[in-house]
Amino acid sequence: MNKTNQTVTKTTRTIKVDYLARVEGEGALFVKLRGDRVEDVKLKIFEPPRLFEAFLRGRHFMEAPDITARICGICPIAYQMSAIHAIERALDVTVPPAIRALRRLFYCGEWIESHALHVFLLHAPDFLGYEDALQMARQHRELVEKGLRLKKIGNHLVSVMGGREIHPVSACVGGFYRAPTRQELEAIRPDLEWALEASLATMRWTATLEYPDFEQDYEFVSLRHPEEYPLNEGRLVSNRGLDIDAAEFEDHFLEQHVKHSNALQCVLRERGSYMVGPLARVNLNFDLLPEVARQAAAECGFEVPCRNPFRSIQARALEMIFACQEALRIIGEYEPPAQPRVEVQPRDGKGCAVTEAPRGILYHRYSIAADGRILAARIVPPTSQNQRRIEDDLRALVPLLIAEPEDRLTWRCEQAVRNYDPCISCATHFLRLHLERE
Amino acid sequence: MTLIIGCGHPDCGDDAAGLLVARRLRELGLPAVEASGEATGLMSCWEGETDVILVDATLSGAPAGTIQVWEAEQAPLVRERFRCSTHGLGVVEAIELSRALGRLPPRLRIYGIEGRRFEPGAGPSPEVVQAVEQVARRIREEIPCMKQD
Repeated sequence: MNKTNQTVTKTTRTIKVDYLARVEGEGALFVKLRGDRVEDVKLKIFEPPRLFEAFLRGRHFMEAPDITARICGICPIAYQMSAIHAIERALDVTVPPAIRALRRLFYCGEWIESHALHVFLLHAPDFLGYEDALQMARQHRELVEKGLRLKKIGNHLVSVMGGREIHPVSACVGGFYRAPTRQELEAIRPDLEWALEASLATMRWTATLEYPDFEQDYEFVSLRHPEEYPLNEGRLVSNRGLDIDAAEFEDHFLEQHVKHSNALQCVLRERGSYMVGPLARVNLNFDLLPEVARQAAAECGFEVPCRNPFRSIQARALEMIFACQEALRIIGEYEPPAQPRVEVQPRDGKGCAVTEAPRGILYHRYSIAADGRILAARIVPPTSQNQRRIEDDLRALVPLLIAEPEDRLTWRCEQAVRNYDPCISCATHFLRLHLERE
Repeated sequence: MTLIIGCGHPDCGDDAAGLLVARRLRELGLPAVEASGEATGLMSCWEGETDVILVDATLSGAPAGTIQVWEAEQAPLVRERFRCSTHGLGVVEAIELSRALGRLPPRLRIYGIEGRRFEPGAGPSPEVVQAVEQVARRIREEIPCMKQD
């Protein structure tokens, strides 16, 4: 919880939190109350916009994965994967199954490290009643150690696949600059086997946590693939009938500028806010989780559809189980490709792709000239898609907590934001809370 | 053997100070690594090390280019001095989490270089460029016995 400033007058009550911690980036939250009614909720993002789409214009398409990876230090692979897939669609490039499998393995590393960071170091303190992971570490040393080890294993997998942990450099349009050897991947197996057991224990631990009684009628949006839990491929679907190709994204989704935020807010045309991320994915793809994950969910009483956003910590735990199991499967079947990448020839074209970043769908669109220069680029990150949904959650949650003391109400609001693991660095790309009562 | 870590962001003005020190030290013949400043990455970096020097940009309100030195093992760090990290968990969290878990290297010195501009796309300010050279030379003099490349 952050330092809270409160002002109470005859007609208004104001709570101001200067920085909402445990989110990536810089922003603020403003909640205005009149009696029991929430009059206004604004998720304010004020880190300067990054204008990456403009940086990309005029650059060669082969540069796009490395430029866009710089948007985020937590999910660079997501940016690389969406860029690569969109450009490959523009250039009509198909990669062999071995490269496709390596891309899934690469993404598993990012999911493990990102989910471990959020579950153990950012979200767990909310459930255990600590200000932050530092305070929690003194009494829950084993828990923090487990989170750190899981994250390290995810980072290591990324490093083996991508050349380094932060802003990896190996993935490219057409495949990889270098494919790992069997020995390099086999060396990670013992760590991944430990990580799978640790993720199962994490799921069991989440069943012991207390969850607020709060559900919303969400429209969940994620990729859906006929045969596999989605990472890089699939159609974009929702629980309200959406079923489209990535190329149709802009026909159905609308990015809107709002005065209070540097990030554009994305809504479904004529339907409004929606949820992306682990809880949406698990709800829409539960049947495609590996048996070990579905069994763990059943043992823990986790059922789909799950409409309680606070239970997103359980969705992340299930996805850690999946990512470890999937990584082990891919490593077990791995035969290095004859060539790490296919040759790609420039041509003019337009391509769109959606992949599943740890925080939800990430849309990229590129128009490419015949000489390979990027003419136009569009990037819609998951946090800008969840931004309106976070505001809607707070609008519904705050009236239920009206009788709570100010500090507890503020803490619940912060927790409700952290349910989405917002990466504000990506969306523009830090968070302050301002609660005003009238 | 002293592990030298320079932290920061290469494209955000004075936030690059630690990285620039690491690069200058390598030119002077000392091995030095670069890191983003993300907490768990830093903890992995200094795991098992006994003597660590970490260089990072600070934002404490001091004049730009001011050099400050802390011995992390002696007292907790003040988080506000390192506000320039864009990560939820940065240098201070790495040090304090290590302390809580009993993983803090026996000696960990932090050189802070005060910055004044951190905008994306900006280069380092002249004051910071000057301080980078000073810090690199101080570290070089501090550990003259280290084997050179």
